[in-house]
Order: sequence, then C-alpha cells, then structure tokens
Amino acid sequence: MTRRTTFLRDLRLWFVPRAVREEGTTPDYRFSLANERTFLAWLRTALALIGGGFAVDQFLPDLPWGWRVGLALALLACGVLCSLRAVNHWVKVERAMRRGEDLPVSRFPALLAVVVAVVAVAMALVVLLGWEG
Amino acid sequence: MGGLSGTGDPRDGHTVREERDPGLQPERTRLAWRRTTLSCTVAAVLAGRTALTGGPSAAGVLVCALCAALWLAFLVLAHLRMRDLAVARPAAPAPRTVGAAALCTVALALCAAALVF
Repeated sequence: MTRRTTFLRDLRLWFVPRAVREEGTTPDYRFSLANERTFLAWLRTALALIGGGFAVDQFLPDLPWGWRVGLALALLACGVLCSLRAVNHWVKVERAMRRGEDLPVSRFPALLAVVVAVVAVAMALVVLLGWEG
Repeated sequence: MGGLSGTGDPRDGHTVREERDPGLQPERTRLAWRRTTLSCTVAAVLAGRTALTGGPSAAGVLVCALCAALWLAFLVLAHLRMRDLAVARPAAPAPRTVGAAALCTVALALCAAALVF
C-alpha cells in the first residue's frame, strides 16, 4: 500500500472514531494508557514550541521584525506539526496494538530534533549579531 | 484518594484497593493530563500577554478571549478524561477526546501566529 493511501486511511480514523475499535482485540489497558501518556508528552512538546514562539516575539524586542516573526512562525509551525503528528501516531499505535502488529517506526523525532537545533543556532547567531550591531 | 497501601483489611469494603495497578498507570496518566493542562495554561497566559501588552485593542481582546475559550475547552476535556481514569481499569480514551485535545493546541498555535504576525 502506498504512503498516500495509508495517510488518507489514518486521516479517516481521526474523524470516524469507531473505526479504531472495530479492528482486532482490546489490548491490555496499561499499554493503552502508556500510548495515551506518550500522546500527552508530544502535546506538551507542541505547547512548549508554541510557548517558545511567543517568547521569541515577546522577549527579543530588539531583533529586526523579519527575523523575529520568522523565528516565531517557525516555532509555531513546528508546534502545529507536532500536535497533528501526535494524534496520527496515537491512532497508528492504537491500531497496531489492537491488531497485534509491530509498533510503527517514525523519523519525526529525528526531524524535529534537527529543526529545533537549527532554530536554536539561528536564534543564538541572531541574538549575538543583533547585540553587536 | 484513600490510603497508599494496598494491604488494607479486605473486610473494610475497599475492594478497589485490591485491584489497584501496582504500576499506578491510571494515576500516572491522570498526572500527565494535569501536566499538559499546565503547559496549556502557560501557553494561554503568554498569548494573553502578547495580545494585551501594547494596550488593549478590539482585535487583541478578541484573540485573548479566543485563547481563554480554548484553554477552558482543554481544561474541560482533561477534567472529563481524568474522571474516566478514576476507575480501576480505565479504557483507552475516545479518539474524539484525543483529536479535540490536539485541535485545541493547533487552534492556540493559529491564534499565536495571528498575534505574532
């Protein structure tokens, strides 16, 4: 099955919640709760990124407008991606557990880490150069 | 919340204690919801600060009210889920709950983008 149709099917599960429960058997409740906590941890990461976006906007007022808004919007976009991906991953893990399959692997954590590192380096450079100039 | 030990006298009627998960999974999940609500509060407070810091304007007050409504929605979601988690073997959350929590976050981010821009 191609990635595209898999994604569309996952998207359908967001809006047709009963479809998740129709498949397979109910897993041990502790596994479901662990999956829920993982989802909440990702949601906190998203909220932290959103808070970071506000912080850049509010607490670096000496930056040029373009840099400030650009950095803030990059962090906010990361937050949106992170929360959407949190739901998608929760649905995928829940379904894999119900079917008894392997849990899905993802390169999202690595991607997010790289993006956050790039934003952090950009922020450090901008603050240093901004203070010099 | 009851006692911490699970070795109560079985005759005192606290049968829930006997079923309590030794790994405290429902409690940990409840605390995770609380932490997430706290994170949401911080984000909403920062939104309010950004919206009202340059003196109140009509748009600023509107976005601030929207953020407060989103925070309230998250609070209600978390409260309902924490109530469901108070039983001995709680079921997985409804996908609607999970989706709504994520949508609150996305909406907060969109408010933030509108405020920053």
